[in-house]
Amino acid sequence: MIPCIAMSIFSEVPQAPPVAVFKLTADFREDSHPQKVNLGVGAYRTDDSQPWVLPVVKKVERLIVEDSSLNHEYLPILGLPEFRSAASKVALGEDSAAIKDNRVGGVQALGGTGALRIGAEFLRRWYNGVNNTATPVYVSAPTWENHNAVFADAGFKDIRPYHYWDAAKRGLDLSGFLDDLEKAPEHSIFVLHACAHNPTGTDPSQDEWKKIAEIMKRRNLFVFFDSAYQGFASGSLEKDAWAIRFFVSEGFELLVAQSFSKNFGLYNERVGNLTVVARDNENLTRILSQMEKIVRTTWSNPPSQGARIVGKTLNCPELFAEWKDNVKTMADRVLLMRDQLKAKLQALGTPGTWDHITQQIGMFSFTGLNPKQVEFMIKEKHVYLMASGRINMCGLTTKNIDYVAQSIHEAVTKVQ
Amino acid sequence: MCRIWFRMSQPSDSTGAKGGEQSAEGGSHVSVFLNTHTAALNPETKLFSAFTADTHTSKVYLAGRECLNEEGQTFVLPLVGKLKKQISADPTLCPEYPSSLGLAEFTKRATEFALGKNSLALMENRVFGIQTIGCTGAVRLGAELLKHWYNTRAAWCGPVYLSSPCDDSLASIFEAAGIQDIHYYFYWDAKQRDVCVEKLLADLEQAPEQSVVVLSASAHCPTGADLSEQHWALIIQLMMRRRLFPFILLPVQGLCCGDLQRDAWPVQHCASQGMELLCAQSFSHCFGLYGDGVGNLLCVLKQSSLLSAVQSQADRLVRALWARPSVGGARVVATVLSNPAYLTKWQEEVKHIVERCMLIRERLRERLRLLGSPGCWDHLIKQRGLYCCTGLNGQQVEFLSKRRHVYLLPNGCLNVSAINSSNLDYIAESIHLALTSAL
Repeated sequence: MIPCIAMSIFSEVPQAPPVAVFKLTADFREDSHPQKVNLGVGAYRTDDSQPWVLPVVKKVERLIVEDSSLNHEYLPILGLPEFRSAASKVALGEDSAAIKDNRVGGVQALGGTGALRIGAEFLRRWYNGVNNTATPVYVSAPTWENHNAVFADAGFKDIRPYHYWDAAKRGLDLSGFLDDLEKAPEHSIFVLHACAHNPTGTDPSQDEWKKIAEIMKRRNLFVFFDSAYQGFASGSLEKDAWAIRFFVSEGFELLVAQSFSKNFGLYNERVGNLTVVARDNENLTRILSQMEKIVRTTWSNPPSQGARIVGKTLNCPELFAEWKDNVKTMADRVLLMRDQLKAKLQALGTPGTWDHITQQIGMFSFTGLNPKQVEFMIKEKHVYLMASGRINMCGLTTKNIDYVAQSIHEAVTKVQ
Repeated sequence: MCRIWFRMSQPSDSTGAKGGEQSAEGGSHVSVFLNTHTAALNPETKLFSAFTADTHTSKVYLAGRECLNEEGQTFVLPLVGKLKKQISADPTLCPEYPSSLGLAEFTKRATEFALGKNSLALMENRVFGIQTIGCTGAVRLGAELLKHWYNTRAAWCGPVYLSSPCDDSLASIFEAAGIQDIHYYFYWDAKQRDVCVEKLLADLEQAPEQSVVVLSASAHCPTGADLSEQHWALIIQLMMRRRLFPFILLPVQGLCCGDLQRDAWPVQHCASQGMELLCAQSFSHCFGLYGDGVGNLLCVLKQSSLLSAVQSQADRLVRALWARPSVGGARVVATVLSNPAYLTKWQEEVKHIVERCMLIRERLRERLRLLGSPGCWDHLIKQRGLYCCTGLNGQQVEFLSKRRHVYLLPNGCLNVSAINSSNLDYIAESIHLALTSAL
């Protein structure tokens, strides 16, 4: 054997920082405290703290496994056609004029992340010039921490925050947001959360969205929606897609990265769709041809299982109704926990106002706890939440809510 | 190069873009994507469209990527079908987010599968595997890892050497990862209808130090012509001397020769020589899991002290690509690889495919001999795996599709499994005509 003594080509590689939310879950797992609560990671849990397979999903999975007529080939590069069209329809609405005009297309992707990445790669290559890596990309402050990485890895060099969360008033910093829109260079890309903003749970109202849209149209800013919680936020698909549909009706060309991980509970099937709303069919065709090229060099052919489940469900009226019901079940449980948490904090006389807990929407809530208080919660009370004060409402159950409320009360009163 | 193509302020221009409709609320009249070029149709899509539009009753498509059975359907392994049903009925499996690195049991088994359980590199903890979306995902992740982290001090960005010919998407995957400097090394000799290792070595000799060389462990796509152990010994010697980095493709372990060890031998050999390497594995073909995209990126390092850092960086890259892989297919593979009874059953089923492909090759060669086709057709049976490079030239390939409705890849390669007893005679006749007609 010839000894190979040359240096490793990877000898200078530094350790990447751990992802905060995964580290939190890892710490939680190692904790043996009997009353520990995990309010970190973003997945739905039942009142028994278990993951939930939606009944409609179980039903459809069985149908699929029994279906001997299904072919076992590679899916087309752009994905399962019936899934793509149904997914775009669920975002834009049954009566979407844009769909009727044949200027809407979908690209099946690996979850919401995959959809964002394909969209980002496309924009870097073909938006605002050719291969213009200098186009500014704006993400909310704060935002889901992966937004930055996706656009940076897609080649964008200039990723900036836009004002969003006002910590003092625990709500939307609308004037800061609008100001950033006015000052952004023309053609900048803005990543907007369609609903249930992650991590703050704070969404603009309809009037506020109108103001945002007005400036974006006037200043030729590009709209890229991240829609990971449609249906999950309010329990209504239409309500949760209002912003997207409004922008489309205002004539914007835009991208929507959709995830079906949470509203279908299909976390491990990686089901996503990038909806493209173009000016007309001719543009759409050219755009999709480039999307196909990008997909071909990323994963080539997407996995079929999740798309089959979602496609079948969305395209069958009975199954669709059943799914909406299942989604409402999840949304209602979250709303109940919000109500109860606020009520308990008020009953305990915890200092401060707690209205934001019921005003915020979706899986997450920005409690307003500061880092010291968060540390207290984790170390002393074994209640795990993000350093930002973000909690996952799904981690609350009727069994642990008293303990959590009590813990928050102690954190706020004992730790400054 | 950042010209601003798009000028917004022409409110009176309602005809703007090609066929553009007037905006609903007086906003832009010109699409922001006006200047998006129509992508050239990828050659496979073009070919398949032509085939689909062809109305001839005897038409045959021999350019597909899936492994087909005797009836022309995608091959479904009975064991895989059974396991899928079992897994879907398992109440203990929950719909959680998988790790970004993939299913741990899968990556462990897949990595062992390629390197062999007794690999020194494994025992010294210098190896990691990351579940990817198929072989493409593995190559893309590997390319991103190299682009970001290959010799950080030197800001490496190529060159990458690919075989001539190779899978037509390989170059674009590296380009998508930001590596534009792509070269090709001599591989398939059309005259000899075989690999020409002398010319291959001569090309690699010219490659700058620190080049990445993509090599196929077995079942070379698209020629089916593989390197022998002696060839590998020479190539590895050269690569170590010239500090070239191997990125090995292992697309169909088990499906090439029917021997798991033999199909993966080059990977095992490189590792045993102390080389660092990347290996892109796919389980789509050998498990019939095309709809599941099951791949693995295997990385062998020189020192175990580097493992954590390099894996963490690969993990970071995954999280911005697809975040986490889908688990269905990986579960099936992990179940088979970790259960000796299933493994034996699976090997039997795979052997059946291998034998069928070998038989088709022999029968095709025999038919051509009986028809009196000119030339030597031994290369048909020398080659292994799903693909076969016939040696037909462009004109002959076009004759086949246009006049005989038999569709091969433009480079004369074809998917052997698409040939069966119903179409063998017609195909052989067609090839014979292509060779003997005045073109």
